[in-house]
Amino acid sequence: MVENKSIDTGSASTTPKLLGIVNYGAGNIFSLTAALDRQGIAYEMINSPEEFDKYERYIIPGVGHAGAAMQKLAESGMVPKIKGTSKPVLGICVGMQLMTEFSEEGNAELLGIASVKTCHFSENLKLKIPHTGWNKVNAVPDNELFKDIKPGTYFYYVHSYFIEFNPTFTIASTDYGIKFSAALQKNNFYGVQFHPEKSGEAGEKILKNFSEL
Amino acid sequence: MSNSNTYDSKNHQGTGLAKRIIPCLDVKDGRTVKGVNFVDLRDAGDPVELAWQYSQQGADELVFLDITATHERRKTMVELVKAVARNVNIPFTIGGGINEIADADILLNSGADKISINSAAVRNPQLINDLAMAFGKQFVVVAVDTKAVGDKNLVHLNGGRIATEFETESWIKEAEDRGAGEILLTSMDHDGTKGGFDNRLLRKINDQISIPLIASGGAGNVQHFIDVFHQTNVDAALAASVFHYGEILIPALKEDLRTHNIEVRL
Repeated sequence: MVENKSIDTGSASTTPKLLGIVNYGAGNIFSLTAALDRQGIAYEMINSPEEFDKYERYIIPGVGHAGAAMQKLAESGMVPKIKGTSKPVLGICVGMQLMTEFSEEGNAELLGIASVKTCHFSENLKLKIPHTGWNKVNAVPDNELFKDIKPGTYFYYVHSYFIEFNPTFTIASTDYGIKFSAALQKNNFYGVQFHPEKSGEAGEKILKNFSEL
Repeated sequence: MSNSNTYDSKNHQGTGLAKRIIPCLDVKDGRTVKGVNFVDLRDAGDPVELAWQYSQQGADELVFLDITATHERRKTMVELVKAVARNVNIPFTIGGGINEIADADILLNSGADKISINSAAVRNPQLINDLAMAFGKQFVVVAVDTKAVGDKNLVHLNGGRIATEFETESWIKEAEDRGAGEILLTSMDHDGTKGGFDNRLLRKINDQISIPLIASGGAGNVQHFIDVFHQTNVDAALAASVFHYGEILIPALKEDLRTHNIEVRL
């Protein structure tokens, strides 16, 4: 793994905006850390609750099964820290879904940060599932996470579950048979359903924007 | 909330999802094979540089097929996968020689977005279930090489040299049921002909499955890409030599596709 590879110099105290990646064992993060490296964004892995507070912002990655990911996150002991923080948090894909109340995937109770649900694409829509590939994202005006991202920019998706559109929390939407939350925000908590680490320059810009929140 | 949903009315498929254009690179001992005659390439055999070039040109995704036959292959391939993941910001799939969970696991942890299995799945269909269970179905591409034999389409192995008794339609359905997240279908009858994709078969298969389908085999010109998307509604089209030799340039291809009302990422 590339753990800590970008942090060759200095301690956390000399890099006040250091990003911590919540390392709870849900999927591969090589591509994410590679994208952060390309953007020159310093990061470290957070392996235990004791390490949590020294970071200034957090990414919760995640691929695979939301219920299984929630179980792993609970086992990491970091749930109270995450729920209690007022620093910026970015959930990616399943990491975003964890911020909702509930997922139809495994009928799992999740963090409940935003009072929305994670649903399966209805078979009635006659869509290819997983939703795989590049789809357009339209953000609300003036959201800092989408700074300098044009409306209708394509981002890369691969998922079978989505977060319902919600006028309170949805900060960007995508249409795939149904309009869903491409990104959501509640206070300091942000989530993106697409994969910024695989979405070309636009995705890298999202990571950069988050690192500057 | 932005109300700019104007593309809904323009998009005939009604989903907004772009059709993907996928260059395929054959890799042997960590180097691409088949000549590549791009201009401005320092090293035409370096898969990482090629991958980066394709990502800059607007390729939506890449497939690397490892055709190395030696025992050293896995180590070489893992290094390659890491180098691609470090340098390239679009998704990519690795195929070739993946026979068990451990093979897939190390590729996933090196940054591969998907793995593609072909003959290993035919020999051991349970592998599809096991991979989907371990990594999620979005990680599992089942590649199928098909060839017409009499009035049947049969799955073939070893680049079309070995016929199996599996009928292509039912095998693909089985692969979907077992947890494949995507199908990469290569028509051996069309592959290398540059006469166009096997649109009749692709449409038939596409209508039978509810996971994404990648068309492969037969691309010779831009019209072939227009035809496959108009006639079959497949999700992606893959080609190798027409891209490597610069016969089709991806930016121009995508402009043409858009002109023909096919949703693409520009």
